[in-house]
Amino acid sequence: MPPAALSVHLSIGQAYAWSVFKAPLESALDISGTLSALPFQLGIVMLGLSAAFGGTLVERNGPRWAMTVALVCFSCGFLLSALGAWTGQYWLIVLGYGFVGGIGLGIGYISPVSTLIKWFPDRPGMATGIAIMGFGGGALIASPWSTRMLESFGSGSSGIAAAFLVHGLVYAVFMALGVLLIRVPRPAPQDAAGTDATAGAGGVQVSARNAVRTPQFWLLWLVLVMNVTAGIGILEKAAPMITDFFGDTSTPVSVTAAAGFVALLSAANMAGRIGWSSTSDLIGRKNIYRVYLGVGALMYLLIALFGDVSKPLFVLCALVVLSFYGGGFATIPAYLKDLFGTYEVGAIHGRLLTAWSTAGVLGPLIVNWIADRQEEAGKQGPELYGTSLFIMIGLLVVGFAANELVRPVHAKHHVEEAARVPESV
Amino acid sequence: MSRNPSEGGARRGLIAFAWLWVGLPLAYGLFELVRKASQLFTG
Repeated sequence: MPPAALSVHLSIGQAYAWSVFKAPLESALDISGTLSALPFQLGIVMLGLSAAFGGTLVERNGPRWAMTVALVCFSCGFLLSALGAWTGQYWLIVLGYGFVGGIGLGIGYISPVSTLIKWFPDRPGMATGIAIMGFGGGALIASPWSTRMLESFGSGSSGIAAAFLVHGLVYAVFMALGVLLIRVPRPAPQDAAGTDATAGAGGVQVSARNAVRTPQFWLLWLVLVMNVTAGIGILEKAAPMITDFFGDTSTPVSVTAAAGFVALLSAANMAGRIGWSSTSDLIGRKNIYRVYLGVGALMYLLIALFGDVSKPLFVLCALVVLSFYGGGFATIPAYLKDLFGTYEVGAIHGRLLTAWSTAGVLGPLIVNWIADRQEEAGKQGPELYGTSLFIMIGLLVVGFAANELVRPVHAKHHVEEAARVPESV
Repeated sequence: MSRNPSEGGARRGLIAFAWLWVGLPLAYGLFELVRKASQLFTG
């Protein structure tokens, strides 16, 4: 099952490599930087919306149906974009990659999650960590691959069209493996004590409709928003941040070294997804989020107070924060399984991903807006980021408090076995 | 319930193929990442 999940997540993770196409599109179609970011932004919005609204359909129709929808939407998005680039119709690229492809992102993201938890009920953190690590890995593959393709085909509109066409076809074939291999395990085995291994703590199973009515869902929503906002805060401004922090020191950071720093952060993000999520199987979900949010706040504090004194300390703290960012994404489905069981965990996860869309807007907004205001006030170097860093610490503390308030779900929200709808393959 | 040897071999082959299918592109991505990340120390 892990390769089936990875084939989908490694593909849709391409979304984070969209920036490769930005500059070529801007010069080939004479569009602004804001406009060239639109397909990606719409794609992320559609990811959140389709995961939230399509989650129940995914649960009802099964992972194979969901992966097929993801394959068709994601590939057709590229094919429409190829047509748009070829004919010089930019709106087709926005519609194709952003809207149609974005639906593929959302459905594809949640498609293997509940299936993997059902296959590995004893190690749900590791299971979801593998899949969600793939989403981080997707950009690592796509970024150099797409760059090489544009170098071969040319970065004019016909070259971009050819690159989009190849992406659409190759990703369709690559994701097909997932469609062919994925399947739901036989009904959950019961252990010697007669306990259902797929149920949440205390044998709980909660429907998606009931889950959103519980405080636990909204507390986890808050936890995810805070953790992701804090991570994006660094990710968004990583290269200018390290350059500004050490610009006036005896060891300034070059543009190439800053690019290396960004790559290292991607590695930490990916490693955190599998590493921390698997660790959560051993130490528990609540404890691992205490680490993400508590130690994360401490790392931010170290950057704010001593970040400009020591480069290794700055790099180390940023890497830890990014590993927690990835870990937060990967561990949340297992946390949901613990609280709500596996009955509709995919649909609940889909609804929770609206937190990602919120944080995707909130994180960059805070860091960029504050850095701009500080620059206008004549500040420079580390001073540009001081306020943002302390805001991030505050957000993480709020997330920490929300995590502390999470308690088992009240029995009135549980779904009786007779009322459950069985899932398709 | 026991599986016959040829069925078991085919299954192992399929698993190996599936892991290679996803592992090779991922290895390529990681290789490129390490190459780029090393610029932090050499760039």
